[in-house]
Amino acid sequence: MRPDGVPAPSASLRAERWRSVRAWSRGRDRRSVPALFVLVLVMLALGACRNRDAGGGEPTVRVGSKKFTESVILGDMAAELARSTGAQVQHRRELGGTTVLWEALRRGELDVYPEYTGTLRQELLSSLKLPDDAALRQALAREGLRMSQPLGFNNTYALGMKAADAERLGIRRISDLRDHPELRFGFSNEFMDRGDGWPALRDAYRLPQRDVRGLDHDLAYRGLEAGSIQVTDLYSTDAEIAAYHLRVLEDDLHHFPTYDAVLLYRADLESRAPGALAAMRRLEGRLSEAEMVKLNARARLERVPEARVSADFLSSTLGVTPPDVRGDGLAARVWLRTREHLFLVCVSLSAALALAVPLGVLAARRPRLGQGVLGLAGVIQTIPSLALLVVMIPLLGIGSKPAIAALFLYSLLPIVRNTAAGLTGIPLEVRESADALGLPPNARLWRIDLPMASPSILAGVQTAAVINVGTATLGALVGAGGYGQPILTGIRLDDVGLILEGALPAAALALLVSGLFEAAGRALVPTGLRLRAESESR
Amino acid sequence: MYELQEVSKRFGETLALHPLSLRLPTGRTTVLLGPSGCGKSTLVRLLNGLLRPDTGRVLFDGQPLPPEGKALLALRHRVGYALQGGGLFPHLTGEENVTLMAHHLRWSAERTRQRRDTLVELTRFPVEALSRYPAQLSGGQRQRVALMRALMLDPDVLLLDEPLGALDPLVRHELQADLRAIFARLRKTVVLVTHDLAEAGFLGDSILLMRDGRVVQQGPLSELEARPADPFVTHFIQAQRPPPGGGAAA
Repeated sequence: MRPDGVPAPSASLRAERWRSVRAWSRGRDRRSVPALFVLVLVMLALGACRNRDAGGGEPTVRVGSKKFTESVILGDMAAELARSTGAQVQHRRELGGTTVLWEALRRGELDVYPEYTGTLRQELLSSLKLPDDAALRQALAREGLRMSQPLGFNNTYALGMKAADAERLGIRRISDLRDHPELRFGFSNEFMDRGDGWPALRDAYRLPQRDVRGLDHDLAYRGLEAGSIQVTDLYSTDAEIAAYHLRVLEDDLHHFPTYDAVLLYRADLESRAPGALAAMRRLEGRLSEAEMVKLNARARLERVPEARVSADFLSSTLGVTPPDVRGDGLAARVWLRTREHLFLVCVSLSAALALAVPLGVLAARRPRLGQGVLGLAGVIQTIPSLALLVVMIPLLGIGSKPAIAALFLYSLLPIVRNTAAGLTGIPLEVRESADALGLPPNARLWRIDLPMASPSILAGVQTAAVINVGTATLGALVGAGGYGQPILTGIRLDDVGLILEGALPAAALALLVSGLFEAAGRALVPTGLRLRAESESR
Repeated sequence: MYELQEVSKRFGETLALHPLSLRLPTGRTTVLLGPSGCGKSTLVRLLNGLLRPDTGRVLFDGQPLPPEGKALLALRHRVGYALQGGGLFPHLTGEENVTLMAHHLRWSAERTRQRRDTLVELTRFPVEALSRYPAQLSGGQRQRVALMRALMLDPDVLLLDEPLGALDPLVRHELQADLRAIFARLRKTVVLVTHDLAEAGFLGDSILLMRDGRVVQQGPLSELEARPADPFVTHFIQAQRPPPGGGAAA
């Protein structure tokens, strides 16, 4: 395969490891802290009225997977194995990050998902400073969770070089690099910067190399191919290892933490669906690093759907043949995504409208209180969407609820602000006339104030709706579906066609929504106000 | 109809109205006259409770003006108000502006229509223009709609704040004549604010000449001319006469 035909490496896995939730919660945006607090209170109230779905006759098994290919493949395998025992299986694919899955599992919205021991020890439970897997198992038990035996491969950081170079120089282990100070190293920028990245590795192995540069990870593979660098950092199951014929150097001093793949599941699965659990645990010890690299490469580089990759592996290795996987047609997929997307947008926007217009009226009538309301809505707006979604998960779980709650909050500000601005913008002589007529406050609101503010209010709703349609694509990160789903998959697989399958309808929907509100403006804004606007623009 | 007892009003540092006591007789037209910022608009807004006095009290029909609530709304139904430019609601047609309060008070359609027809005739407003929005009306027409709106509930009092201020001279002249006829016909208590001496003399039974928040002199125009209480009165009157030998001299 030509180097430039190879898609970007597993960027999302990489990003997830390095930029863990701890990193951004540590203070990317200090202003968000009070808002997050208020939000938690709001969500507690909302969360109180959520309903748990009860199990039926056949045991139900809900499988999750993270938004990178390896996790999706493992999720598909677990789902198919559980399904082969007759269990009702739901696979929530490509959820937006470790925290999302971890919280969903703890809340009982998922029963099982593939995880790595390193992620558990270094990120999720890092505060416990767990020395080994036995301690990890105990810590998990306290959360009502269990983990399977390792599936067989360790997806950790590693150094790699062209197999041919390694063969020629006789390099198998990282410590072998000590004898070749002339080698040129090119590491991803994160690996260069992190204290436990290159600096720690260099000290541990006493590596003498001087020519070490940081570069974009995509470029590292091309650099290897072109010979401008000879060694780079990678993950030990990266699909590119096969594509570029790389040798992964053995970490003979055990410098890098272990990231053994396991299935993480709720303890109650043992009593609720023992058969399905036993079937899933047949994966233990069955996946070597080489095998996983091959599977990743098939999905990522050959663009074979994960379900197919998983099915082929199960039938050849475990003798389990899932029913034929057949995807829906393009039109059916887009229609499903459209329905999911519209659901998110309609529910969140209607709720926002119902709250934001009264808040806007309040803000206009009580200017001091109004400052507070607008300030709070403004602060909510500054919270990064992903952070907002993740904060919702402990309270609302995964699926459409947290997405709707986040979209609802984001829609408030434009509507509140425009309602208040529309009301305070009513000319003095009109307000005075309304007062002098002796119209009671409520009648004045309905007969005079709201009609006069209607162009501004509608403009606010239009803005909120367009932002909402765009932001709703992030809902896929928490399993809400919508146009974000193909975009997410497309980014992961570097498949422009798939990205467009989500992005084009999303753009079209945004335009359509905007147009609908233009039309609504013509129907709802009183004729007299439009005449005035026209005469003023003349 | 109105009695003011030691009423004053302050806006921040400025005393907009010095303590003032006066009576406004029922069925008469009183004109508040004076230069900009003399306190005449403040005074008229104290009469329908748009402003509250800082000291003293305003009696309407012998009763103190209610500070707020339903009683104040009821009072405003008895006090019509129209201001410069009309203050019309731009989203309502001329007719809707006029009949807004009647609808709110659930008058029967018949009663509303009859009252509207009376007012259209009284203000000589073109019937076909009733369905137009304020943006489609001329300045004079807007002022006539504002007058009809103020008169819709047949109030006891009519407060007019610079009603003809924004009109061109010909329209203004025509409306002055109409207003005088209307006042004469309705015999309501009218308080009219203007800075135009000729208009004050033409429309008012009595004039209150004001300056810097005080009433300088009260009486008919002839008395202001014959026995000015203050050099300012003479000065104000002279300033509004055509210059001697001017082409417009009658």
